Amino acid sequence: MNWIYEPWPWYVSGPLIAFIMFLLLMVGKNFGMSSNLRTMCTICGADKSAEFFKFDWKKQRWNLIVVLGAIIGGFIGSHLLSLDTSVAITENTIADLKSLGFDSAGSAYLPTELYGISQLTDLKSLAVLILGGFFVGFGARYAGGCTSGHAISGLSNLQIPSLIAVIGFFIGGLVMIHFLFPLIF
Amino acid sequence: MRTLSYLLIGIIFGITMFKSEAASWFRIYEMFRFESFHMYGIIGSALLVGIVLVQLIKRVPIKSFYGEPIEFTPKDKSFSRYMYGGIVFGLGWALAGACPGPMFTLVGAGYIPILIVIFSAILGTFVYGLLKDKLPH
Repeated sequence: MNWIYEPWPWYVSGPLIAFIMFLLLMVGKNFGMSSNLRTMCTICGADKSAEFFKFDWKKQRWNLIVVLGAIIGGFIGSHLLSLDTSVAITENTIADLKSLGFDSAGSAYLPTELYGISQLTDLKSLAVLILGGFFVGFGARYAGGCTSGHAISGLSNLQIPSLIAVIGFFIGGLVMIHFLFPLIF
Repeated sequence: MRTLSYLLIGIIFGITMFKSEAASWFRIYEMFRFESFHMYGIIGSALLVGIVLVQLIKRVPIKSFYGEPIEFTPKDKSFSRYMYGGIVFGLGWALAGACPGPMFTLVGAGYIPILIVIFSAILGTFVYGLLKDKLPH
């Protein structure tokens, strides 16, 4: 049973994700996490500002429970099912990240240079987190879904719109890493 | 009972996101540099199994655990919203290193600054809702 404390290989994780999508279908729901962000907007009163947020959010309560589960799962995964959470990315990536100033590469789960608690007072780190989050939220809703809704659910159902969205995800990601990162970091 | 099933599915999802390292900023960075097969293996194998399961549900008259028919909603046909929205999402995914599922997993894992990412993602969703009619779909 020691393998469970190690990082899980892709051939375990990938089929598990498909299984999660299957379980959600089997309880009559669809796998899609970003729609929760819209629900949270409505709960906060965004329905008073835009038509887009006028919907019965209680019908989406099930998905908020999935979110709660994802939080609990994160706690279990990191605190109960891991001995060492550092991520063994390839040497090339580590060297490359170190040259950008990410010294925690190879020895942490998230870069302490962005996600360390002391970074909460660092303006640049804050700006990166705020901008990153904003684009994720804006883009996911604009595209009508995120990695779970398009890359997993949509593509599994052979939806061309999802393929276009996933190609968009990669164009954006590649531009960010290859062209914008050298300017930002 | 149903509530408990959603919670359990969420927990399995959260554990899988953390243990697969798909919730790690480093893995996302590595993926966009094409320097490891890991993330492609995860998405690829999820898709392969996913396609088979979806086809199975469609071909075999299978009902949900609660006896209801399983319905798939086809996505609306369009190009611009998926491409433009996708690009904006990708920029954010690479920068924050987290997508809307793993974000919540990371809260449970105890990374406080991820709350800023979540708050901004909600804000981004709100701004999209305000601008929706002015954007090309």
